[in-house]
Amino acid sequence: MLAARRAPLFAFTFAVLAALGGCEKKPTAAAGGAAPEAPKAEAKPADPATPPADADTILLGEVGSLTGSEATFGISTKNGIQMAIEEVNAAGGVTVNGKPKKLAVRVYDDQGKPEEAANAVTRLISQDRVVAILGEVASSNSLAMAPRAQAAKVPMVSPSSTNPKVTEVGDFIFRVCFIDPFQGTVMAKFATETLKAKNVAILKDNKSDYSLGLSQFFTETFTKQGGTIVAEEAYSKGDTDFRGQLTVIKGKKPDAIYVPGYYTDVGVIARQARELGVTAPMMGGDGWESEKLFELGGAAIDGSYFSNHYSTDNPSPVVQGFIKGFEAKFGSKPDSLAALGYDAAMVVVEALKRAGSTDGQKLRDELAKTNNHGGIAGTITLDDKRNAVKPAVILQVKDGHTAYVATISP
Amino acid sequence: MSDLLQHVLNGLAAGTIYALVALGYTMVYGVLKLINFAHGDVMMVGVYVGYASAKQMGRDTSSSFLGVTLVFLLSMAMCAALGFLIERFAYRPLRDKPKLTALITAIGMSFFLSYSFQLEASLGGLTVLPGAAPRAFPDVITSQVWLIIGDVVVSNKQVISVVVALALMGGLQFLVFRTRFGMAMRAVSFDHRTAGLMGIPVDRVIALTFMLGSALAAGAGILYAIKDTLVQPLMGVTVGLKAFVAAVIGGIGHVPGAVVGSLCLGLVEEFVVGYGGSTWRDAVAFGFLIAVLLFRPEGIFGRVTAEKV
Repeated sequence: MLAARRAPLFAFTFAVLAALGGCEKKPTAAAGGAAPEAPKAEAKPADPATPPADADTILLGEVGSLTGSEATFGISTKNGIQMAIEEVNAAGGVTVNGKPKKLAVRVYDDQGKPEEAANAVTRLISQDRVVAILGEVASSNSLAMAPRAQAAKVPMVSPSSTNPKVTEVGDFIFRVCFIDPFQGTVMAKFATETLKAKNVAILKDNKSDYSLGLSQFFTETFTKQGGTIVAEEAYSKGDTDFRGQLTVIKGKKPDAIYVPGYYTDVGVIARQARELGVTAPMMGGDGWESEKLFELGGAAIDGSYFSNHYSTDNPSPVVQGFIKGFEAKFGSKPDSLAALGYDAAMVVVEALKRAGSTDGQKLRDELAKTNNHGGIAGTITLDDKRNAVKPAVILQVKDGHTAYVATISP
Repeated sequence: MSDLLQHVLNGLAAGTIYALVALGYTMVYGVLKLINFAHGDVMMVGVYVGYASAKQMGRDTSSSFLGVTLVFLLSMAMCAALGFLIERFAYRPLRDKPKLTALITAIGMSFFLSYSFQLEASLGGLTVLPGAAPRAFPDVITSQVWLIIGDVVVSNKQVISVVVALALMGGLQFLVFRTRFGMAMRAVSFDHRTAGLMGIPVDRVIALTFMLGSALAAGAGILYAIKDTLVQPLMGVTVGLKAFVAAVIGGIGHVPGAVVGSLCLGLVEEFVVGYGGSTWRDAVAFGFLIAVLLFRPEGIFGRVTAEKV
């Protein structure tokens, strides 16, 4: 009797558990639902079993953090890529092997986790047979993806991973943004020349290749120019209490604090720094780039500086046109990740057009020849290490928006 | 010297948050011998309820005393209901199964909550699931920072957390050892079958324990969000893990033990950051746990119980 009454409850519990197990292993399940602001997401997914060369569409793959704490990175990038693909399709698509074809993007969510990103790449290559892969934003995730793309000889273009190691994985890995040594150098130059800082404290994310890289290159340039790093403190992604590190930093009385983390942490760090009475300005990198920074940091983040890929204040008609189109479509201003997503997709499209083929090797060779491509976030020329060489801008946070301060060239 | 004092204050404030979460862990464990890994995620749900209700009230209303109280009560009530549902549908059917089954279900429940909250969904204009983007918790308690001795600062939020944690600890201790309900809880904890035979409504006692634990989690979560601002779906995971460690250090199932363990953990972490090197913080925190488990597996306050074979 008792057992019989309980049976349906067991069934329910196991159903919940089974659903859970399913959710976790299938990043696709989340990919569609995670971004309802883009209802027409990722166009028509081609039948994954059919190699796209036989179909009317060319399938590109994308891996991004559509959920997780850096979700705005993935969502912005996805929107930028979507815009590029729709523009290309509206203009007639690309001609491959003499036939006109449309483009489609298959997006997988990696929840911001490197291991999920690597799995997604394997899936894109072996199941969806994509021609090229776009992604990721976070360097740790790109580093997990790159070896698999390289092994399968599928070109991978990262829109915005700035850690140098990413493209060092192999000759099929590209990026359309500048790299950390440059970004760290730019901030070090800005700190010594404009802020006249002599003593700087660093607060870095110990679990992030991006953050560690940036602080290393900042330190190298800054000490070479005669500055002193008075404190080097660390935290781990997921922390929300930084008062211990900030108390140590406060005791060292720095002129400025370099926080090369992601916006999620930076906003909270700024609040706690001001609460503890630390008044030195904060400096950071492109990981600060998100509308969320202003909400999370509130008034505490005002007056801080960060290096970035582009500024929405750029008067160029191409940039302003992109901003207008993006705003009309997604209802918000494109951040630099959206701009770089757009650029990455366009660089791949141009290479596809030049190659006239979806062959991995041919596409790679054409990607490597990318020269003076007029992107939204600066002109892109890929060097022999497959990195883009382009200037950086310094932005300052002011009352809930960013103001352009300076452009620093390589 | 002022650094030292500041570190002590920071560590105590961090430890208090662990303590508030650890109290819920330890209470449920005390009664059910179940480590409710979904506890941190229930806390996260409570924070979102608090976030939504504070936003709904607007800044002026929610920062009044009545408003803040309402934010707390709403979120605690919602979490109590959630705790009831979780117990009823996920844990109760497995009560007579091996302990491991319930433990795995608890882990599943934790993932279920933290990952479904990363999706976005709304029903008729009402947001049901918030999505992954991090948010800043509204300033329902206006931040005040007091300077004490030199440049050592203490904020009103830290003081409030400490007072609330101590009050809750006292309240729980009273509930468990001085009330009829507490006596029923202890009887169920001792042996739930026999307790049932003695006429104790086991199901009701366990359900109420879960509701109480979940309401505690919600209160802790809101204090945490007020102190550290950041609201995001995975926030329960880290805090939940640290609070669990703290509860084990103090002796899991022991109410004052949870508080002492949490304050110890908060201070240890803070001192590692302040004087040892911030890269070592988590390593030392979990090393501390291993050391406690090696030399005093029952925790600081735990009692050694002989296992009946």
